[in-house]
Amino acid sequence: MATVLYFASLRERLGVGRETIDLPPGSHTVASVVAHLRARGGPWESCFGPGSVWRVAVNHAMANPEATVSADDEVAFFPPVTGG
Amino acid sequence: MAHVRIQAHPFDAGAEIAALTQGRRDVGAVATFVGVVRDRNEGASVGRMTLEHYPGMTEKALLEICGQAAQRWDLIDLRVVHRVGPMEPGEPIVLVAVSSAHRGDAFAACEFVMDFLKTRAPFWKREDTPSGPRWVDARVSDDEAAARWAPPNR
Repeated sequence: MATVLYFASLRERLGVGRETIDLPPGSHTVASVVAHLRARGGPWESCFGPGSVWRVAVNHAMANPEATVSADDEVAFFPPVTGG
Repeated sequence: MAHVRIQAHPFDAGAEIAALTQGRRDVGAVATFVGVVRDRNEGASVGRMTLEHYPGMTEKALLEICGQAAQRWDLIDLRVVHRVGPMEPGEPIVLVAVSSAHRGDAFAACEFVMDFLKTRAPFWKREDTPSGPRWVDARVSDDEAAARWAPPNR
């Protein structure tokens, strides 16, 4: 079970800030998690579909779609940052 | 050596600067940047701004940025204080303060930390405007500012 977090505008559009998802046995990447989320349709398709802009962190480190995701990992999706 | 803090309440920039020189005789320069909430953005008036962050990752990202600055310049100490939650125009958002023996290192490191904070540290701004709340979009100019600091050997 990986923990998935959503922040800022992404959280508002999806209507969820935190969830756990069951990863089937085998190896996973950020890209395969995104494909799983997109398949939910509705706002998930528009937030993670073609042309969508998001950033991802795995276990508090910025990552890319090829990054490996394991059970017990914390994966966070968010828009480009706007602090300072 | 860096001191990084996330807090909801306003900070006292003078106290943060004083902490960098207290009990020391080797500091020759303290460079600081204070970001302040503006009452206008992208053509709309802003009544209030709310900052969201990613607890755990934000602190880690800020410490990493400070660590990179400390490797790149000859610094004595760094402090980053960033507020989260609601804040009003005129209130401070962020403080970066850098101490070193000479001003060149302090100026450069202060600007570097701000440029990287704006593009690498997980914070998100939402502003209240007359037509409702809106999330602030990331700016290309911020990415360009951070890209200036690419290592010279690249």
